[in-house]
Amino acid sequence: MTTVAEAHGLTPAKLDALAREFESLRGDIAAQLGGEDVRYIRRLIRVQRWSEVGGRASLFLGFLPPFWLAGVAALSLSKILDNMEIGHNVLHGQYDWTNDPALSSTDFEWDSSCPAKGWQHYHNYLHHTFTNITKKDRDLGYGVIRVSAETPWSPANLGNPLYALGLAVIFDHGIMLHDVDFGQVKEGKKTWAEAKLSLKNGLRKSGTLAFRDYIMWPAFTGPLFLSTLLADALANLIRNLWAFMIIFCGHFPRGTAEFTEEECEGESKGHWYFRQMLGSANIKGGRLFHIMCGNLSYQIEHHLFPDIPARRYGQIAPQVRDICERYGIPYNTGRLSRQFGSVVAKIFRFALPGRPKPVASAPPRTPETAASELMAA
Amino acid sequence: MATGVLPARRPLPARLLRQALRVFNAAATPYGVDRYVELVRPSWSSNEIRAKVVRVERSTPRSVTLTLRPNGNWAGFQAGQYTQLSVEIDGVRHTRCYSMANAAVGPGRLIELSVTAHPEGRVSQHLRQAARMGQTVGLSAAQGAFTLPECEPPRLLLISGGSGITPVMSMLRTRCARDWTNPVTFLHYALREADMLYRDELEALAATAANVRLVRVFTEEPGRGDLDGFLTAAHLEATEPGWAEAEAFVCGPAPLMDSARELFARVGRDDHLHTEAFTLAQFTAEAGNVDGTVRFGASEIGVASDGRPLLIQAEAAGLAPLSGCRMGICHTCTRRLCAGVVRDAVTGDLTNGPDVNIRICVSVPVGDVEIDL
Repeated sequence: MTTVAEAHGLTPAKLDALAREFESLRGDIAAQLGGEDVRYIRRLIRVQRWSEVGGRASLFLGFLPPFWLAGVAALSLSKILDNMEIGHNVLHGQYDWTNDPALSSTDFEWDSSCPAKGWQHYHNYLHHTFTNITKKDRDLGYGVIRVSAETPWSPANLGNPLYALGLAVIFDHGIMLHDVDFGQVKEGKKTWAEAKLSLKNGLRKSGTLAFRDYIMWPAFTGPLFLSTLLADALANLIRNLWAFMIIFCGHFPRGTAEFTEEECEGESKGHWYFRQMLGSANIKGGRLFHIMCGNLSYQIEHHLFPDIPARRYGQIAPQVRDICERYGIPYNTGRLSRQFGSVVAKIFRFALPGRPKPVASAPPRTPETAASELMAA
Repeated sequence: MATGVLPARRPLPARLLRQALRVFNAAATPYGVDRYVELVRPSWSSNEIRAKVVRVERSTPRSVTLTLRPNGNWAGFQAGQYTQLSVEIDGVRHTRCYSMANAAVGPGRLIELSVTAHPEGRVSQHLRQAARMGQTVGLSAAQGAFTLPECEPPRLLLISGGSGITPVMSMLRTRCARDWTNPVTFLHYALREADMLYRDELEALAATAANVRLVRVFTEEPGRGDLDGFLTAAHLEATEPGWAEAEAFVCGPAPLMDSARELFARVGRDDHLHTEAFTLAQFTAEAGNVDGTVRFGASEIGVASDGRPLLIQAEAAGLAPLSGCRMGICHTCTRRLCAGVVRDAVTGDLTNGPDVNIRICVSVPVGDVEIDL
């Protein structure tokens, strides 16, 4: 069977050359990091903190609809910024070079039910190292949604769209449970004790957040208890839906490839870069959109350089795209509607039995065909 | 009511404040209330020591003297101790040790640090050029066992070289503030007269205070000071004939301290000699150098370096640090480098401590290192 790399005409020598190009790009960008990046993330943290304060404050006037709505909007903004541009990126170690304890991946804690330490293990390590390797990257469908032809169909998969909707609604807690991962216990890759410890930590963390959102702040607003509780719940829901949409656009849109464990066994750094690119998809948008996505809309660049500050991804995107064209590797990008549309289509398609053709068996691409595909995209 | 046997309870306002802080912290979870207060007052913190720069003086061509007002978490210091000052340069936080130079007694809670800019010293150069009033810096609690005794010794000998003057300056100022009267000799070595920190103050003190003797040596300007050359037995005889009976405190470059140790050992008075080392940043480390020891500070384990990445060496030493990808991307293994220099196995870049974050899976020790593991 041809591997994905062979299908793209990439020999080991070509992959090595690819690795050198990316290492040098990485070196260039790392050398530019400095005060500007720190000022940016601190400004974002200030915006997030003030919107948290503003949101909590306006709910004291929640009996007036504009204030209630403003409160929901400000809290949603705060949670989205915290989870995406700030939390996700700081926990990746993107700002470890600053030596600032407030921006340190080892000390940071975020406004998410999933404790930072557990999330770092399965996300930074498992997902980013084994991206899109079926059976190893547990983010492929999160164990409940069938998104891969490699997963055998069962009648339970008919519920695919429902499961996806359910996961979207409770996404924050879904991530926490994903870290606990009872599936791995069943497979014997994790002991009960480990899973129980993860669950205990996860419940404690999500408990403190729930106490804050659904008891403490509602109680502070006295007679407005229910109004505040509802606003907090709505802000959490908005954050969940947004995060689900952006994150599902990272690896599941049409054109993203999957890899088998065999072809990644002892892979070269070049193959690793290749896999990151082919397994990820970008979303087009304006500056504000990218910030609200935590720059995960530059998923390809993020997967190439997960610990480079995310605000730099847009800057290097043209160079990454240029490398893709020269090596005949597709650069998967599109508007949110196209990318998310194809994710939804995939979730529906895989609810049904059958094996749509995986990318590995696609005809080899030459730089020319890849380039013309890009033009057409 | 006789409640003398009960442990003293905190005063009510302090207890209320603590309770209030707990409520605020729960409401502000997961960040805690600090992260909100610092939006409006950067120098306030409920646990970190931060200080505001209230005065900046550049009295010699290569130095800067900073007066700092620490926040309420600063618990004071003893004369001779140092603090770890953290300052941000182009987005990167750097930490260096500086000794307090002011008296450890007296009103107010200000502290004074004098920093001499070294050609290779990134932090000292930066402070010399760019320190400004109103700036916020980070501090550690005062540290170090190089301290002036609580009881007055019959004779006090303070010897310093270059920027090593600061802790002994604090000792001299503390001695004067405590109205001690036993004789004290202050022997200082500077390269040039213009470089000597606190020269005016020391000369004025020697002229007016009882039993304070000042001896200045300018090693690059023979004939200009009170003596010439470097520390020898003759220097000690000339400055303080009873030196062998004195309690001596020495801070300065390594050769000065070595000479002092040798001289005191010769007369069998090593236990009356107290020294404080200050070393320049080890930027000279060569990338190929694998000799050295690796200390895992928190586990109190030390091994001879074998030139492999720290993660592997830690595991070989029986430790089980958290790790993930082992290729430098996931930051699971990030640890604090407490001292020494490491080389990035991927890029070849050198990083030097103290207190910087490193990924131990791709960091190879260069010479002696200590990591928090």
